[in-house]
Amino acid sequence: MEPEHDDAVVAAIAADPRYETLVRERGRLGWLLSALIFFSFVGYLGVIAFDKAALAAPIGGGVTSVGIPVGLGLIVLTIVVTALYVRRANGSYDARLAALLKDHQA
Amino acid sequence: MRRAVAIGATLLAFLPTASLAHAATPSVQQPTNWVAISLFLGFVALTLAITKRAATRTRTAADFYTAGGGISGFQNGLAMAGDYMSAASFLGISAQIFKDGYDGLIYSTGFLVGWPILLFLMAERLRNLGKYTFADVASYRFAQAPVRCFAAASTLLVVSFYLIAQMVGAGQLIKLLFGLPYSYAVVIVGVLMMLYVLFGGMRATTWVQIIKAVMLLGGATFMAVMVMAQFGFSLETLFARAVAAKTAMAAAAGDAPDAAFKAGHSIMGPGNFIKDPISAISFGLALMLGTAGLPHILMRFFTVPDAKAARKSVLWATTWIGYFYVLTFIIGFGAIVLVGTRPEYLDATGSLRGGGNMAALHLAHAIGGNAFLGFISAVAFATILAVVAGLTLSAASAVSHDIYASVVRKGAATSAQELHMSRLTTLAMGALAVLLGLVFEKQNVAFMVSLAFALAASGNFPVLILSLLWRGCTTKGAAIGGTIGLLTAFVLTVLSPAIWVTVLGHEKAIFPYSSPALFSVTAGFVSIWLISLLDRSPRAAVDRAGYAAQRVRAETGVGSFGVSGH
Repeated sequence: MEPEHDDAVVAAIAADPRYETLVRERGRLGWLLSALIFFSFVGYLGVIAFDKAALAAPIGGGVTSVGIPVGLGLIVLTIVVTALYVRRANGSYDARLAALLKDHQA
Repeated sequence: MRRAVAIGATLLAFLPTASLAHAATPSVQQPTNWVAISLFLGFVALTLAITKRAATRTRTAADFYTAGGGISGFQNGLAMAGDYMSAASFLGISAQIFKDGYDGLIYSTGFLVGWPILLFLMAERLRNLGKYTFADVASYRFAQAPVRCFAAASTLLVVSFYLIAQMVGAGQLIKLLFGLPYSYAVVIVGVLMMLYVLFGGMRATTWVQIIKAVMLLGGATFMAVMVMAQFGFSLETLFARAVAAKTAMAAAAGDAPDAAFKAGHSIMGPGNFIKDPISAISFGLALMLGTAGLPHILMRFFTVPDAKAARKSVLWATTWIGYFYVLTFIIGFGAIVLVGTRPEYLDATGSLRGGGNMAALHLAHAIGGNAFLGFISAVAFATILAVVAGLTLSAASAVSHDIYASVVRKGAATSAQELHMSRLTTLAMGALAVLLGLVFEKQNVAFMVSLAFALAASGNFPVLILSLLWRGCTTKGAAIGGTIGLLTAFVLTVLSPAIWVTVLGHEKAIFPYSSPALFSVTAGFVSIWLISLLDRSPRAAVDRAGYAAQRVRAETGVGSFGVSGH
């Protein structure tokens, strides 16, 4: 692509309201999910720092403690949230992006 | 078997005879494990063959740094997992679970939660703006020299600490597993890693990491399944037997029944791993944000063709790494029952033969005898090689692409000149890695990986985030503020218990917390923000004016570097 054409395309996209909407929506989802992961993990560390006994308490009559599903759950949550974002971004967001780029012949 | 012995003997024949006397010293060194050596030689033969093939296709700087950008999302995800799952995390986390139970899980989650953050805030923007190194992105709209110098210095620092930890770990591990002297092990790792990177560049490094990831995941899966089979595939049964084993151990060590019961059940909850809330949060921040600032991980984003593939890489990496940590958890608890209760794996004092990190390896022996122990040992060796190769490649790129091509030659260097320089740097880095490995043999290097994470979280992460997402960020802010973040992390780590007390032998640490991140990440962000805000230079105006166009390119991928043609 010619650099001049490239710069013109960038300017045209910046002026397109669909660009702003798309970036804002995708960005909001990213920050929202980042906050979810961040606070889940910091909350987990907080419980560990302040109330170890809560996580050490056995579930039912066995030896398996509350901390096991919480810890493993955090691992699963991380993977699920990642999958959720990738599905959304590679699906509907990328489709909208492709339409936008096509209209500006980028 | 005879053939394997012959191959092993050939390998030994290459080694200088001068240190044979050293080999005979009866330290913790194990008898030479021929299965391990022959399996490892098989791995080396395979990876060198791949390197030879890759070498014929490594003709340009783009080939060397990013394999021409033609790696798929799935392959890159596996390679990222291969880059990230070190021998230290496999052996270290399972050993920690063997010792303290639950605490190992806290570590695992910390190492995993950085990946989605990396995806949500950076992955696609990195891919869209960058070419070879994360400095391409960090310096995109800024004056090149200051920001690239910061990024290169930070890369070299982070990589060096990570590398020292890997090399020393490699030497000690291989001495233990293969019965080879420490210095041989360090030199073998250094030479092989140099061969991969020097001739095969990113293409060979990627395949070494993929093969290693598959071997490690396969081996760990087999171990976890065999463990679960012994307990009727019930986690509750596994935990109950582990608690019973720990209780019996405590009673055997002379604890009263009450205390023994308590000690046994302590493995099901958090122990002493995290003491105070500040350390807890600070440590969590270092792991979470550090992952998103590790140069050798960030570099992998430029090996895929587009943002879609970059996102897929993170999803695959997160899935494999998360799965791997679940396996280590099962392996650690399995080791408590299957290794901790069997006298043949324990010494006279009741601790593990060969040292604390041996839990997973003894378990491999308990499950599959010498052959499987050999396999897992070979996997551990391969693991170190893959991680070290990725680190070296990223350090070489920082010097040849950021310093030489961009700052010294101001972008006028040809691809051939840049390639030549990166190979020279690879040689230098390889030699340096071996040297550091030898120098630090007797040192306590346990703090170095967490230091690398803290540095990456405090320097690279704030610079990348603010340059990508804040219009007001300027050249001065990024270069000086990033440096302040780095230095804060470094100084506070030196003053923390891990160095001030454990290494330097002072009475009391000046900085009482186990990780500096809470303070140094804040220092990084605030300095960049403040310096940028006060920056009234003409350059600052150019920096701010460049944001809108950078944002369009970062978000949409217009004009991004695609797959290089062949």
